[in-house]
Amino acid sequence: METAAIVKREPRTYLNVDHTLKGWLLTEDHKRIGILYLIVITIFFAIGGLFAALIRIELATPAGDLVESGVYNRLFTGHGIIMVFFFLIPSIPASIGNFLIPLMIGAKDVAFPKLNLLSWYLYVIGGSMALTAIIYGGIDTGWTFYVPFSTGYASGMVMLTLVGIFINGFSSILTGLNFMVTIHRMRAPGMTWFRLPLFIWSLYSTSLIQVLATPVVAVTLLLAALERGLHIGIFDPTLGGDPVLFQHLFWFYSHPAVYIMILPAMGVTSEIISTFSKKEPFGYSFIALSSLAIAVFGFIVWGHHLFVSSQSVYAGMVFSVLSYLVAIPSAIKVFNWVSTMHKGSVQLTTPMLYGIGFIGLFTIGGLTGLFLASMGMDVHLTDTYFVVAHFHYIMVGGAIMGFMGGLHFWWPKITGKLYAENWAKLSAVIIFLGFNLTFFPQFILGYMGMPRRYHVYAPEFQVYNVLSSAGASILGLGYAIPLTYFLWSLFFGKQAPANPWGATGLEWQIQSPPIPENFEITPVITEASYKYSHEEAAHVG
Amino acid sequence: MGQNTIQFFPDQASTISHTVDGLYFYLVAVSAFFSILIAVLIIIFAVKYRRRSDTELPKPVHGGLWLEITWSVIPLGLAMVMFAWGASIFFTESRPPADSMEIYVTGKQWMWKIQHMEGQREINELHIPVNRDIKLTMTSEDVIHDFYVPAFRTKSDVLPGRYTTEWFKATKPGEYHIFCAEYCGTKHSGMIGTVYVMEPQQFDAWLSGGGAQGTLAQKGEALFSQLGCVTCHQATADVKGRCPNLHGIWGKTQQMNNGVVVTVDAPYVRESILEPSAKIVAGYENIMPTFSGLVTEEGVQQLVEYVKSIGPAPGVGGSAPTSGTPAPAGKAARPVKTPAAAAPAPAAANP
Repeated sequence: METAAIVKREPRTYLNVDHTLKGWLLTEDHKRIGILYLIVITIFFAIGGLFAALIRIELATPAGDLVESGVYNRLFTGHGIIMVFFFLIPSIPASIGNFLIPLMIGAKDVAFPKLNLLSWYLYVIGGSMALTAIIYGGIDTGWTFYVPFSTGYASGMVMLTLVGIFINGFSSILTGLNFMVTIHRMRAPGMTWFRLPLFIWSLYSTSLIQVLATPVVAVTLLLAALERGLHIGIFDPTLGGDPVLFQHLFWFYSHPAVYIMILPAMGVTSEIISTFSKKEPFGYSFIALSSLAIAVFGFIVWGHHLFVSSQSVYAGMVFSVLSYLVAIPSAIKVFNWVSTMHKGSVQLTTPMLYGIGFIGLFTIGGLTGLFLASMGMDVHLTDTYFVVAHFHYIMVGGAIMGFMGGLHFWWPKITGKLYAENWAKLSAVIIFLGFNLTFFPQFILGYMGMPRRYHVYAPEFQVYNVLSSAGASILGLGYAIPLTYFLWSLFFGKQAPANPWGATGLEWQIQSPPIPENFEITPVITEASYKYSHEEAAHVG
Repeated sequence: MGQNTIQFFPDQASTISHTVDGLYFYLVAVSAFFSILIAVLIIIFAVKYRRRSDTELPKPVHGGLWLEITWSVIPLGLAMVMFAWGASIFFTESRPPADSMEIYVTGKQWMWKIQHMEGQREINELHIPVNRDIKLTMTSEDVIHDFYVPAFRTKSDVLPGRYTTEWFKATKPGEYHIFCAEYCGTKHSGMIGTVYVMEPQQFDAWLSGGGAQGTLAQKGEALFSQLGCVTCHQATADVKGRCPNLHGIWGKTQQMNNGVVVTVDAPYVRESILEPSAKIVAGYENIMPTFSGLVTEEGVQQLVEYVKSIGPAPGVGGSAPTSGTPAPAGKAARPVKTPAAAAPAPAAANP
């Protein structure tokens, strides 16, 4: 990418241009806003993780001996709400994505910098409300808020939580909108759609879901709040409502929301696999378009959450077959990533460990999704630990591996510092092993019939719960190490070069960390993003 | 349920459990194949093509359409097998055999209440005979619950405000878990119970073991007069009342005043009792008050069974006594196809 602007090394960066608190809290620089997100996201992750730790300690024995049932229910509800709404959904797009989109497409900033800052404040306000509710008073509805339990029976601060999530929804909508407009309108001259990095394709698809699906959940939760607060009958059958309607509306958002979490991680993985194989991604356009396909098909599969909810058999069949169709673009991605490594120059750096870890865990997560899309199988497995294991393979094994991979990959660009590579590799391996020990036994638990959200369980389930709790403690350690060496690198880390990985993306052609304006002159793009070699390409297949 | 050995599967104790396990093995085989394939390829490529010098530059390779099509179509084919197999099991699961033995289940925070046709009531226990199709008609008094028996590989949500059904045929005598599988509040994990699958003779002995004061239909009949239903709804053939005559109405179709034709079954009877103005039989006035709050879900089930017992069961042609004798209640229902029961048409009472 020699055509990109080559920037002279100079000490001025977006980090040192201003050291005041105001300079951060009122910044319109997408890079600083990305960091603001990163800080708050990390706090939420730590709190959600603490809840998970307490859950796993409680479940080490069949009896409810650590906390009471009411407290246990508040723990898994808090864990779910924090992790889903305030960590996973904003994680990669709002932090890493915010930082990178303008850099990758050759722009000075996102399309609406003030809106970008507003999104962060909405996120912080919504998050603070939900966190207040969860910590004072608690909430025991489960993150799914199923009615009529949440509207008529649950104690605790349900209203405050619903309002917090409602407000946070606007953060998500505005971020998606901002990114879409940015990608459409702010690309540098010559940066055509099929020259875009795959990370941009994945974020574009994610934004599409954020803009179209989030309003539905916002309205749904608002209706639930109206029913709870004002007894307006919408979902509660004693008020003339329909409880299954809530589930349809909820999953119309919350199934696509899974793709909000996983698509950006797929984008990160595409970047990492290509960089550390020193090769253009195999099947670039298939990977790019499969992101869009996932986003679009993801909207029409929600009914697979309702196979046992008295949904019509024929509706169930349609949702089942559509769920299988959405699996195909994911399979295409996996095969293309693996093929990218074929005959490449593979370097097992920390980001690459996360990248291949993502492929492995996402593959298992995706394949076990096929079990749940099969109606006769789902009747036995739904609402058991099999489901818990499946979605943690997607959300932790997939989304968080992607987040960690992205963080390690772009850390030198974001901070201008190098972290301790050996510690980083060690913790990547610990996370991979700890993760599998935590969640693989839960597949077996689920098939044996242990329902999810059980505080007290039958003794024959204990052995797998003990394995899972042991794994969780390893996983916790795995997450603690990066926090340490990342902080260490900020103060003592070596200065990072502009392009430590030998990558081709536009963001690597500018200094680390970048200047506030990103590029001194607007770059002009003349070739695709992943041009490692100018030899004539061989064709296969 | 040996508790000292490590298990990988729950007991196989229903006809469907073997079928579900068969599908499970197929899914596990496909998943294992692809997981191992991907893992092995990644490891081989990471070793074989490891970077040997910083300056090496692999030859670029472009993907090909045929390769992409191949690895889309093969997984799609395997997935369609999963779909069809799962759908066929699901169809079986959602169609209770016509001659199933019927049992009512009511969920409430945090217990399962069971009513047998013969009048026995149980809490958190369900006694059933082996090798007999059992159909549960279920509802909830409060929030959503889910009746799950892992050994039978089946579950269904139990919803407030409507009936859902679940059926199974146990194949092995024994004791099996009942779990509530839909989160329902504080003591969700305590909303558990046991299915006792018994040899037929033992089951009959259990059934006749006292405790039941009359059949469900008889209890329904008592309620019927106690609640004053009898003022408007006649139960003797050919007598006109202010509201539809219930004699022999079960399983028949009724024309509503808006032209819709409704089959008289359990959901319809339930609705007519709790929400009488929802559907009005053609030719009658909307005069019946709601009994919501005056009669429990279990009372409604008794009334449903009483209505079912009035008059000849359709297709059977017999003459079931009006005053629901015990035997007909439980057994007469079995030949009937859909949930039986008939109901009062909307309408009704109360001058």
